[in-house]
Amino acid sequence: MNMTRRHFLVLLPAAALAWENILAGAPETATNYHTSEHWWGMLVDIEKCIGCGSCVRACQKENNVPDGYYRTWIERYRIKEVNGVETLEVDSPDGGMNGFPSSNEPGVKEFFVPKMCNHCADSPCTQVCPVGATFVTPDGVVLVDEKYCLGCRYCIQACPYGCRFLHPQKNVAQKCTLCYHRITQGLTTACCENCPTGARQLADLKNPKDPIHEFLRTHSVQVLKPHLATGAKLFYNGLDGAVR
Amino acid sequence: MKLKDAAHLFRLAGVFAAGILIFILVRSYLVPKSFGQYGHFRGDALTEIKAQPISYAGHQACEACHSDVLDLKSKGKHAQVNCEACHGPLAKHADDPGGVTPEKLDTAKLCVRCHEANSAKPKKFPQVASMEHSGGLACNECHTPHSPAIVTEGGKK
Ligand code: HEC
Ligand code: HEC
Ligand code: HEC
Ligand code: HEC
Repeated sequence: MNMTRRHFLVLLPAAALAWENILAGAPETATNYHTSEHWWGMLVDIEKCIGCGSCVRACQKENNVPDGYYRTWIERYRIKEVNGVETLEVDSPDGGMNGFPSSNEPGVKEFFVPKMCNHCADSPCTQVCPVGATFVTPDGVVLVDEKYCLGCRYCIQACPYGCRFLHPQKNVAQKCTLCYHRITQGLTTACCENCPTGARQLADLKNPKDPIHEFLRTHSVQVLKPHLATGAKLFYNGLDGAVR
Repeated sequence: MKLKDAAHLFRLAGVFAAGILIFILVRSYLVPKSFGQYGHFRGDALTEIKAQPISYAGHQACEACHSDVLDLKSKGKHAQVNCEACHGPLAKHADDPGGVTPEKLDTAKLCVRCHEANSAKPKKFPQVASMEHSGGLACNECHTPHSPAIVTEGGKK
């Protein structure tokens, strides 16, 4: 009995310290950006994409993406009929960053599909992380905490869209951040900024004035792999059924 | 007498209390301070990601100083093409225009990135087979980059 009381007295200050630590959550840093007022996504208009690679180059430069890895890339789809069977060719030389050679093949359906992280609301990649280093922010962006990432690659495998890679030097998973450092300052993403035709548009789904709402209402817009129910927020207009 | 019988229980309770305290202490030491600030992750990660420097200043940044170019461009066919899509990342120049001078552009390379004819491009996008069209001449020999359309006598262009 005496022993426990002494123990108790010894531990009391320590307990007080611990309690203080628990209570002291850092207050939200004062900016005029509030995570709860936004819900980010992106609109990609296939009919406008000219495959110039501006978005890919801009992303590489803005985010120091290592050579040979891509946070966004462009695929060219070529659909043709050989003996009555529809065949599909997809290519993406250097992620499409330097454009595409013309094929000039008659009778082929061709188009470009820019791809990147879908910033899924119910993302499979965040669910598999063993250390909670990847997460969906309250404003709907999927990010990686590079300090806590172990480089185990679970998330890279879990992403159904192939949007993640392991940084060869840092050994952490990396992916599109939706230019979080830009959009929180009122700028658009680097890829949208550099898209000459407006084929890519950043969209804030919580902002009632965002033109995305009107667009979604008047166009038939799809996401990739809807059957996976990932809550993807990369909306494609004019998406061909062949695109995976 | 009764208390003495229960002494082992108090000792046990003491061990439990100590165990719980140690757990709380270790936990508060290991769990990052900002954990749970926004959700089930380290809140400071957002601050760190936000701190990344910007390379592309954005169209609005250029407007302030280059209003002459803007006026010309906004009337031409390149109105919706942003400055940095051609001039490259210029946030450093926008911060310090005297210290950082943008590179000169080679239009023979620049323009064909977007305008080289390609069967996969949307048909309504203006495209040319550059070798036939200019024969290797730099595009700004004939076109003004900021307002590129050329009005020919017959057509409306
Ligand atoms: C704070 C004012 C300011 C801002 C903002 C600014 N510029 Fe400039 N810019 C200047 C000045 C002054 C010069 C001339 C400096 C020189 O010749 O070295 C210049 C020169 C240039 C030139 C080169 C002109 C030449 O003769 O070769 C280009 C291209 C240019 N700016 C593009 C941009 C773009 C694109 C942006 C937007 C990201 C931008 N500038 C933002 C002030 C500004
Ligand atoms: C279609 C591509 C393109 C776009 C878009 C563009 N420029 Fe240029 N700009 C050029 C080219 C090409 C030159 C001439 C080559 C050179 O001297 O570097 C040039 C030259 C300039 C110059 C220097 C000489 C001059 O003609 O005034 C400035 C300043 C400039 N641009 C600013 C801007 C600003 C500001 C914007 C956005 C409002 C912009 N440019 C948009 C391609 C472009
Ligand atoms: C980043 C992509 C991009 C670059 C680089 C670019 N353009 Fe353009 N250009 C466009 C877009 C987008 C349009 C508008 C097309 C439309 O109206 O549908 C356009 C329109 C034009 C037109 C008008 C065509 C018409 O409909 O009459 C001409 C001419 C032109 N560009 C020439 C040039 C020249 C010359 C250069 C190099 C200085 C250049 N472009 C560089 C994207 C680009
Ligand atoms: C010798 C002068 C000359 C040069 C050099 C030149 N152009 Fe043109 N370009 C013209 C004329 C004239 C027209 C308008 C007549 C027409 O519509 O064919 C034109 C039209 C265009 C158009 C619009 C075509 C359409 O279908 O609406 C584009 C795009 C274009 N040029 C791009 C370029 C590019 C890219 C280069 C550089 C590789 C270039 N031009 C170099 C003279 C030139």
